[in-house]
Amino acid sequence: MIQLIAFYLFAVMVVGSAALTIFARNPVHSVLWLILAFFNAAGLMLLAGAEFIAMLLIIVYVGAVAVLFLFVVMMLDIDFAELRSGFARYAPLGVLLIVVLAAEMIFAVGAWSAGSLALSQRIAPTPDEIPNIQALGTLIYTRYLFIFEAAGLVLLVAMIGAIVLTHRARGGVRVQNVWQQNKRRPQDAVRNINQPVGQGVEL
Amino acid sequence: MSMIASLALTLPELILSTGALLLLLVAAWGGDGSSRLISWASVALLAIAGLSLGCANGVAFDGLYKADAFSNFAKALVYAAAAVSILIAPRFFEARGAMRAEYPILILLSSVGMGMMVSATDLLTLYVGLELQSLAAYVLASFMRRDSRSAEAGLKYFVLGALASGILLYGISLLYGFTGTTQFGGVATALGDGISHGELFGLVFVMAGLAFKISAVPFHMWTPDVYEGAPTPVTAFFASAPKVAAMALLVRIAVDAMGPATSSWQQIVIFAALASTILGGVAAIGQVNIKRLLAYSSINNVGFALFGLAAGTPDGVAATMSYMAVYIVMTLGSFLCVLQMRNAAGDAVEDIASLSGLSRTRPGLAAAFAIFMFSLAGIPPLFGFWPKFLVFDALVAIGLWPLAMIGIATSVIGAFYYLKIVKTMYFDEPAPAYAPSASRMENGLIALSAVAVSPLGYLAIPLLGALSMAAARALF
Repeated sequence: MIQLIAFYLFAVMVVGSAALTIFARNPVHSVLWLILAFFNAAGLMLLAGAEFIAMLLIIVYVGAVAVLFLFVVMMLDIDFAELRSGFARYAPLGVLLIVVLAAEMIFAVGAWSAGSLALSQRIAPTPDEIPNIQALGTLIYTRYLFIFEAAGLVLLVAMIGAIVLTHRARGGVRVQNVWQQNKRRPQDAVRNINQPVGQGVEL
Repeated sequence: MSMIASLALTLPELILSTGALLLLLVAAWGGDGSSRLISWASVALLAIAGLSLGCANGVAFDGLYKADAFSNFAKALVYAAAAVSILIAPRFFEARGAMRAEYPILILLSSVGMGMMVSATDLLTLYVGLELQSLAAYVLASFMRRDSRSAEAGLKYFVLGALASGILLYGISLLYGFTGTTQFGGVATALGDGISHGELFGLVFVMAGLAFKISAVPFHMWTPDVYEGAPTPVTAFFASAPKVAAMALLVRIAVDAMGPATSSWQQIVIFAALASTILGGVAAIGQVNIKRLLAYSSINNVGFALFGLAAGTPDGVAATMSYMAVYIVMTLGSFLCVLQMRNAAGDAVEDIASLSGLSRTRPGLAAAFAIFMFSLAGIPPLFGFWPKFLVFDALVAIGLWPLAMIGIATSVIGAFYYLKIVKTMYFDEPAPAYAPSASRMENGLIALSAVAVSPLGYLAIPLLGALSMAAARALF
């Protein structure tokens, strides 16, 4: 029972926040609604028993992608009123896309219920007895360790490449020298003087 | 098999990747001033990794990786070529104020990728190794980022390389989908009971993706532009190490994974070989830039090496591996000569016309260049003739007479432009002399490779023949 309630809760929230993502006037609000949609989708994944994908949704989509969106939206100077002005012009195309998408969904559900996909006969069946994070971890860190580490090297090369191709040391920039700041003592920097009246200050 | 035993088999990759990470730290603290130190340390690492090659044989990580005579042979060639590309770089880049400490590190990481490629017995290892090699290569191509030609070369290489990766990945996913496994042995078993349409499509796409990496026609379009634009030491690297690695990978996947479907891939390889030798020969004739010419020369030579694979026999594969061994010596020698082409002001010149009368201004350099050109053309007293002979011998042995004869005819087309360079150097009126060569190491390397491809090279035939035959036997 609690599962059913949770499912409907998450499902309604996903659809609702997705709709609000589109209809929100303020683009920053749109992104915030999108984040809510991601969280609820993660909840749906948890209910479906795919906890790894649920965690990925939160870590990757909320943690990285949505924050990136937020940055982009805040930094770009986009006139959203102008973007919306073409709504009537593009509406027929949008309706067409909706019809195609709906037809495909009906088709897919029909094929699914016909049972021809035979997911149970796949070569690498999902293990039932252990959680799938554990199952993935065992494979990645034992059998596929070599490739996993090599993939890490690929990312390292990408990082080195980005730095080699774009980093330049600019001259004439004042950088903070923490060591020198800490080395400075009060007696070097502060001077106590008894200033006589009527004379200028000596700097 | 325990994890430690598996790791011990991947010792060369472990040495190179750990060393590269440590040197990266040195580079982070030492800055570009430590470039020379890092270069020498990288060469030492490559030498140590090369020495560790003979230690172990076997399959590691449940069939993801295999160390055998074949992978050892290919890795020895790759490491040697990578070491030469590191050695020739500092002087070239320092003259342009562009030496960065990351250059040797990127070559080391690329060598790790190439080692994975030649040792791959699983489509996953193949792909990750290939990406590691390619990604480092894209960065190296645009290493002189202020030079617009270098940046263009890097961008072109990246876009077309990404396309090739996509094609390869599509082929891999088809093969996996239709055979149910990513391991070469499993794919071979699945192909054993006849080849389905899906498997055939997968095979063709994988072949096309790999043909791009060895720049075989019709996937060669990127080669002249990238070779021309990339800095010369990088071009020397592109023309040697990754070619050997991709060729070895192609041979292994063709024999190991697609062995039962030999008749299906044989026609693809024969077409690519013929088209590469013909186009590599004809298109090079009109070139005026020496680096573009050497790019077409590499297309031409890859075609000849593919003839050995087209035979599909142990002899043919041994001939292909011998061909690659001699090819990298000839190619690195030619690019070392190109590095010496600097005008009086010290700027690099790449016109073939500037080579005119080199025999009178720099007789030693002209003689070495002529030896490389004659050898690339496959003219008998020089060592370049020997692998060409082996390749055609393997074709004749399985009765592909007509193919061997067409191949010999195309090598005559290639001979034309190689000889034209020799003619320019020896019989034309002298052009302004080049700046004198200041590097004893580069002269030494030129002399060494010239001796290796001279008739003295024939002394190495027993050793080279035995090693390449052992390599080929490891596959069959």
